[in-house]
Amino acid sequence: MATGIKNWLDSGTPWIWLNAAAVSSSLVMVLGLLLLIAVKGMGHFWPATIWDMQVQPLSDAAEPVQHLIGEIQDTESVSVASLRDAGATGLDGLEGQVERYLVKTGNRDVSGLDFRWVLAPALQARTRPEAVVVFERMEWGNLYGFVEQILNDGQPVAEGDAAWLELQARLERVERLRSEIRHLEKTEIGSINYRIERLRLDRRRLELDGEDTPQALAAIEQERSELQDRFAGLRQTLDARYREIGRDSVQVAVMGGTQVSVPLQNVVRAYRPNAMSLLDRVGFYFSKLWEFVSAEPREANTEGGIFPAIFGTVMMVILMSVLVTPFGVVAAIYLREYARQGPMTRLIRIAVNNLAGVPSIVYGVFGLGFFVYFLGGNIDQLFFPEALPAPTFGTPGLMWASLTLALLTVPVVIVATEEGLARVPSAIREGSLALGATKAETLWRTVLPMASPAMMTGLILAIARAAGEVAPLMLVGVVKLAPALPLDGNPPFIHLDRKFMHLGFHIYDVGFQSPNVEASRPLVFATALLLVAVIVALNLAAISIRNRLRERYRSLEQ
Amino acid sequence: MSEYTPGQDYGSSPHFRLRLLKNRVARVAVAAGGIGVIIAILLILFYLLYVVVPLGETPEMHEAASYPLQSEAPVVYLSMEEQAEIGAVFQRDGLVRFLSTADGSLLDQIRLKLPDNTEIVSFSAAHAVSGTLAFGLSNGQALVVRQRYQVSFPDDRRVITPSIEYPLGEAPIDVMPDGLPVQRLAIQEDDSFTLAGWSDNLLSLVRAEVQESMLGEEGTFEFRRTLGYTNLGNVKTLLLDPAQHNLYVVSESGDLAWYEIADLSDVQLKEQLHLVAPGVKVIDARLLTGGNSIMVASDDGVVDQWFSVRDDKDARHMAKIRSFENVGDLRELVPEVSRKEFMLAGADGTVSVFHTTADKLVIRQAITDTGLQRLAVAPRSNALWALDDRDRLHFWRIKNDYPEVSWSALWSKVWYEGYDRPEYIWQSSSASNDFEPKLSLTPLTFGTLKAAFYAMLFAIPLAILGAIFTAYFMAPKMRQVVKPSIEIMEALPTVILGFLAGLWLAPLVESHLPGIFTIFLLLPVVVLLLSYIWMHLPGGLRRRVPEGWEALLLIPVVIGTVFLSLWLSPLLELWWFDGDMPHWLKAELGIGYDQRNSLVVGLAMGFAVIPTIFSIAEDAIFSVPRHLTNGSLALGATSWQTLVRVVLLTASPGIFSGIMMGVGRAVGETMIVLMATGNTPVMDMSVFQGMRTLSANIAVEMPEAEVASTHYRVLFLAALVLFIFTFVFNTGAELVRQHLRRKYSSL
Repeated sequence: MATGIKNWLDSGTPWIWLNAAAVSSSLVMVLGLLLLIAVKGMGHFWPATIWDMQVQPLSDAAEPVQHLIGEIQDTESVSVASLRDAGATGLDGLEGQVERYLVKTGNRDVSGLDFRWVLAPALQARTRPEAVVVFERMEWGNLYGFVEQILNDGQPVAEGDAAWLELQARLERVERLRSEIRHLEKTEIGSINYRIERLRLDRRRLELDGEDTPQALAAIEQERSELQDRFAGLRQTLDARYREIGRDSVQVAVMGGTQVSVPLQNVVRAYRPNAMSLLDRVGFYFSKLWEFVSAEPREANTEGGIFPAIFGTVMMVILMSVLVTPFGVVAAIYLREYARQGPMTRLIRIAVNNLAGVPSIVYGVFGLGFFVYFLGGNIDQLFFPEALPAPTFGTPGLMWASLTLALLTVPVVIVATEEGLARVPSAIREGSLALGATKAETLWRTVLPMASPAMMTGLILAIARAAGEVAPLMLVGVVKLAPALPLDGNPPFIHLDRKFMHLGFHIYDVGFQSPNVEASRPLVFATALLLVAVIVALNLAAISIRNRLRERYRSLEQ
Repeated sequence: MSEYTPGQDYGSSPHFRLRLLKNRVARVAVAAGGIGVIIAILLILFYLLYVVVPLGETPEMHEAASYPLQSEAPVVYLSMEEQAEIGAVFQRDGLVRFLSTADGSLLDQIRLKLPDNTEIVSFSAAHAVSGTLAFGLSNGQALVVRQRYQVSFPDDRRVITPSIEYPLGEAPIDVMPDGLPVQRLAIQEDDSFTLAGWSDNLLSLVRAEVQESMLGEEGTFEFRRTLGYTNLGNVKTLLLDPAQHNLYVVSESGDLAWYEIADLSDVQLKEQLHLVAPGVKVIDARLLTGGNSIMVASDDGVVDQWFSVRDDKDARHMAKIRSFENVGDLRELVPEVSRKEFMLAGADGTVSVFHTTADKLVIRQAITDTGLQRLAVAPRSNALWALDDRDRLHFWRIKNDYPEVSWSALWSKVWYEGYDRPEYIWQSSSASNDFEPKLSLTPLTFGTLKAAFYAMLFAIPLAILGAIFTAYFMAPKMRQVVKPSIEIMEALPTVILGFLAGLWLAPLVESHLPGIFTIFLLLPVVVLLLSYIWMHLPGGLRRRVPEGWEALLLIPVVIGTVFLSLWLSPLLELWWFDGDMPHWLKAELGIGYDQRNSLVVGLAMGFAVIPTIFSIAEDAIFSVPRHLTNGSLALGATSWQTLVRVVLLTASPGIFSGIMMGVGRAVGETMIVLMATGNTPVMDMSVFQGMRTLSANIAVEMPEAEVASTHYRVLFLAALVLFIFTFVFNTGAELVRQHLRRKYSSL
């Protein structure tokens, strides 16, 4: 036995196995993490079963049995000791661990809290009533209850089973009106407001330039009053729509028997998860998923979709790519093809390499100080004096965010492009030069096309890094809720000075700054999943391009 | 294309010239672009320096004007308004003259309404923002006046109109009984007024509070008085703090009596002590802005700062905090309005500026060649106005924007007002005006290194061991999958890791604390046990798994161990830790437990750093030339021996460079620490406590910092520190790697 252990130790096998365990642990962590995000993120949209739970509070057996209606969000086991520490009573006869459920009971406006913990021993029975309806609302979160009747201007029009059908029809009408109102407010009135603001600035500009002649001012005033007339007209239509949308309401019996009247204009969606077939559920799942990627956020970002964040991220990344590609490629070509190779270029190469490792927050600080306050401040003085003291470019915004991230990712592009240029066999260059091509022609016609996949790799890696970077953006342009997208129908269409929303910052903000972390957590997981999916896909693309590239040159070299 | 004709000069054809021109243009354009980008990158460093450097600038003073006082009467007080355009000269004969500071021209003069047959014998100014002053009279009364500067903008030009008003009414207030002259006087104003008077050992206190009248009419004042005796001898000065809770009586011989006067009906002597060395006389004593510190200047050329600190029994005592020595022969000590800074008017005509928190002489400047009688500092600390012995007034501009910063203020322990001992504290801003900024970068740097330390503790073993196996033992097929999967970890946005660490891992760790530690202990044991069993398995079964695939075999083992540990966790907690380990730690060992602590940060950031180290170390090991290992194996060494004696030795610089890159990344990481710690700047190595790092601090405070303020520049300094730190580490790693590459190519 002793020699067995000695042999075993001498062979080195135990250490090799420990090494193997390190790899396995790393793999388990990566895969586990991806799986965790995927499961928690994907599960969010599935319609959960609504339970009617009969709960007997443990602290006082004399109390009547409570009915809780809600979905079980989480189950965990806790030790009785820690419950006692926390001051729970009525735990006599319990030892060791007990199960406890986190029940989302919604109805925040009725009962004040929308999450409750229920200890398994307190749960006496539970049923899944078919008729229970989930109302997703514009405010106050979900409402769970039974439809009693539908009211039209306060007059009952349908009751019982008919009420559910009537509700569907009327919700469709509300949805139509709502989209009409959104169009009126955002597009029509938004555009008028924008133009009125422009006129104010034009006027101020004229004053500053000393060209505020009566004619010019009159023209502006004329246009302004026209716009205001149109505004008044739209306002009337809008008021009418608001009256129409406020017509219907539904009477709901909620947990505890209270009757609640819910105006339909507050209802985003009503469904009966317990009555759904599997197919219904799948359909529902995809409709929720679509809402998630296409709708605007509601309720301080904790409900609804993340479309503005997706849009902002994409806009920022595109702008950044436009900036970073030419500059990164030119710098790489200069370093590899034109600069005299020597200690200086080696030094620059090391510096560029290392800048990729400089903390991103440092770029944020630089962006804020140099781009926003220094460049932006001067641009405002020179080109936008009419808006001062309100800053135009002298405040964090889309352009500065893109520029900062371009600076952050330019080393990535330089390094990748240089690598690609270095891999082009010199025989090809020499062949081209021997045939009489100039250096520029050689580069343009032969070397660059061959190095283009490497540039692509660099760009993809740059995009992957930029899409996930949050720390510098917190200083140079993202906000938790942007009032308008950076791209809209008002000239000049792309508003580089606007602040924008970003997926990564959305995760930080909703996960950590939101008032109701419990309610918003599933949404954060879903956002994280989307971001991870995009970034992993981009990286995989970069890796496969890189591999294919290597194969191609291997054949060239032979 | 025409055919090639011998003898034809192709070089001069227009087409060829165009091509050459294009070539030249391309060369210039690429060079310009390339150099431009490189400069833009280097700009980061220079811009950070450009913002930080002013912190180290020497403050400057320069003379703006000098003119005669044009009055014979002795001056009791000088002051300036906010813009430092108008100065007020208060004369002993009761005349107030408002002068233009720029040229000394008389703008206005007002005679104070003194009672007949009295003269001014003492004087006191309340805190400078109020502008309230009091004159002690020879008949036992005091006249309270307030300077007012009305700012208006007729025709877009700023016009400042000075005036004098009487906040307690035009009639003087009775301070001393029996018409005794008010030899020493102090006044403070807040919601109420308090005056303290002294006359030959008799101490008198008067408080005026506004009586709210029912009908919203002008409030009338209700006066309360109290009398007492001091035995301090000749009193030099009386000091009242702005809150009017404390009265300090300082005698010429250096005795201090500290009275608590919050309630006038219950005045208590808190402490009496001697402030200076025996035989030394006090020249001046003043309160710093905020009213917490007493600055005592004595004739041995020393200025001491005193404030009250708490002792072991929670009682407050006056303590000498710091001394400024060799300040020279001085006449007057003048505190600044909004900073913890004071000026000394010297008998040799110099003005010296000291900052207490930074513990330094900011600047010393000769203003004139005779002694200075009186000195005033502008409320914005950007100008001074001094009266010399030849009755000339001197108006000087001061450029002194960042006196709070010194090496000791940034990196050493500093004894801040209200603290019981010198400490490292970062607390950059507060709502109150006379706040003392605490700008110690030490706790932030400590937090940064602490976070990096725990992250590396977790990451280095996993990454290096993993790299060894992947590069040296793993089957090539498996390596092709494993390497990219671990490298993809590097691309995972850290905001996601931070979010998971803060909202998923932190609660999990808290509820399964024993289980987390069990994983680290159990996993190696299980693996070793398994390898022992594996060696003694029958060969047929063993050969089912080819060499190099052990890692795959171990994946279920790792997962199983983790789940086993977590499952065991509640049981362990029940057996050993009374069912609640964080609670037990607190109760039994006195170790506080934060939910978002260094353990969580270590795990999350370690996870983020693993791929960096892994990738570089793996490359280094993998590229060790084959003939070295083959030679070793051929000489009879086992593959483990070859690895330890040959491969690791050769690759060690590469592994080291990987670790350095990892440290660089851990130090600069922002989002994980921002989300997974409580962000409290504590200095505590405990694994169960949080921290605040330089990077998280920048992210939290930068958006609120006022541009070009000291705070803003210190945050830039923090960024510069991060920049230089990571740059040095990365450059080191890069040089090591290049060296290694050359070595391999020569092998």
